[in-house]
Amino acid sequence: MKILVALKQVPDTETKIKVAADGRSLDPADVKWITGPYDEYALEEALRLKEGKGAEVVALSVGGDSAKEVLRNALALGADSAVLLKGDGQGDALAVAHMVAGWAKDKGFDLILCGNKGIGGDNAAMGPMLAELLGVAQANVIVKLEVGDGTFRAEREIEGGSEIVEGALPAVITAQKGLNEPRYASLKGIMAAKKKTIEELDAVAAPAVAVVSALALPPERPAGRRLEGEPAAQAQALLQALKDEAKVF
Amino acid sequence: MILVFCELKDGQIRKPSAEALSEGRRLADASGKKLGALFAGASCAGSAEAAKYGADVILTAEAPTLAFYSSDAFAQLVADAVKAKGATVLLAAATAMGKDVTPRAAARLGAGYASDVTALSMVDGKLQAVRPVYAGKAFATTTFTSAVQVATTRPNVFPAAEKAGAGAAESLPAPTGDFKSVVKEILAKATGKVDLTEANVIVSGGRGMKNGDNFKILEDLADALGGVVGASRAAVDAEWGLPHSMQVGQTGKVVSPTLYIACGISGAIQHIAGMSGSKFIVAINKDPEAPIFKLASYGIVGDLFEVVPELTKAAKAMGIGKG
Repeated sequence: MKILVALKQVPDTETKIKVAADGRSLDPADVKWITGPYDEYALEEALRLKEGKGAEVVALSVGGDSAKEVLRNALALGADSAVLLKGDGQGDALAVAHMVAGWAKDKGFDLILCGNKGIGGDNAAMGPMLAELLGVAQANVIVKLEVGDGTFRAEREIEGGSEIVEGALPAVITAQKGLNEPRYASLKGIMAAKKKTIEELDAVAAPAVAVVSALALPPERPAGRRLEGEPAAQAQALLQALKDEAKVF
Repeated sequence: MILVFCELKDGQIRKPSAEALSEGRRLADASGKKLGALFAGASCAGSAEAAKYGADVILTAEAPTLAFYSSDAFAQLVADAVKAKGATVLLAAATAMGKDVTPRAAARLGAGYASDVTALSMVDGKLQAVRPVYAGKAFATTTFTSAVQVATTRPNVFPAAEKAGAGAAESLPAPTGDFKSVVKEILAKATGKVDLTEANVIVSGGRGMKNGDNFKILEDLADALGGVVGASRAAVDAEWGLPHSMQVGQTGKVVSPTLYIACGISGAIQHIAGMSGSKFIVAINKDPEAPIFKLASYGIVGDLFEVVPELTKAAKAMGIGKG
């Protein structure tokens, strides 16, 4: 089995967002970059399939030189090889899906895994778009995955529960927290990863069709007030305020 | 035409779909376009209700093969409907199904896509969207260069306003051929409660809850207020037996209820990202310096194990959550 794991480099979840001088992009100063948290579940699932059934795991990222860190980490964790598709990183989800599909389409992957969303643009769209461009099955927001002979069975999170999706391979599966518990890289893995080469290729040209024209911080919330007194009095005052001032009830 | 993909539940239009339809009506009026509502399933009984939210045309694809959701078949159906009607804007609610089907349909149409939008407008005949990015730490205005523009609307943000439309019924053929994936079974939780993303009132607990059993007092308060219970990442990751589906924050759910009550939550940036879109925020925390108080419309410095039961008692006494 041949598995592709698409990984995205994203700002750390603790990052305080600042808008760059162009008014439409993230100010990269002081930003710590990490592998997308959901992509980590995708990679872990690929590694478990490799250990359980035997598989070749290829890690892929789209971006600039810094995205190599994400790939180096994937190699340290156990990916067999890594590919960097060099793009300017400004593409929308459809552009990135085109870049990944353009490279992956004739490589014979049985399974393509990625996070159900990056934690930047938050579109949660690259996976399903990639599935469409490759003409394969998709299952998104997956908390459990079983891979059979040419088929898959996945449990997908939906409102108020989950649903079981069955389909044919090849397929694009997007991971949700709960799918597994990602491992840490071993020292041996880290050392071995340093010796591996990351293949660098130019991504196919794919212009963005959804463009961010402005980025702004959320409006400041109006100042609130503290409710004083004993717990019973505080509780009474809160409900009264929610009823009379906020008109919540 | 502005086309809205709608979902039915128990023969009724789901509330997030009604919200998307209403917003579609507003955009159609602003740009002199028609509004179409699109339904698919084994039965589309109940779809006529779309006229109430302003649909000029109600398109239905009914077939036994559509009884269970299939990403590829539904995406094909939606994309075909866009083409057949010459629609330039496709909307859906940002539900589990909406977020699954629309990006795939957008790719099929070569269309730009914006998910979870909180504001929409028509500028020079094209859609323009405002949407939270970095889980709400910032808002991005998205413009489109594609002929068709696709967006999903965040639940609980757009009002579901009633405005009568002609509601002319029209049926569409269902996709044929092998579906690449199909839903086989739905494993619903027995609670029957709404999802966090659709809830009006959320009572959420953090590390200050000390253990999973203590969430019972939050359940009691949520029940008294007609709400549901959420949790911070700290609480979910603490192995107290809380499912990730309860998690609010950047790596969990992003919610926008009318009322969000944060109990024993300090207010890490990761958590704030997921709930700062709430209309009213109440913070209950024993640490007066907790960052959550900076966001709170109402703050209570105190022991949540004393305050929360008092709130439940008072809410019951006042008859809140009963109407």
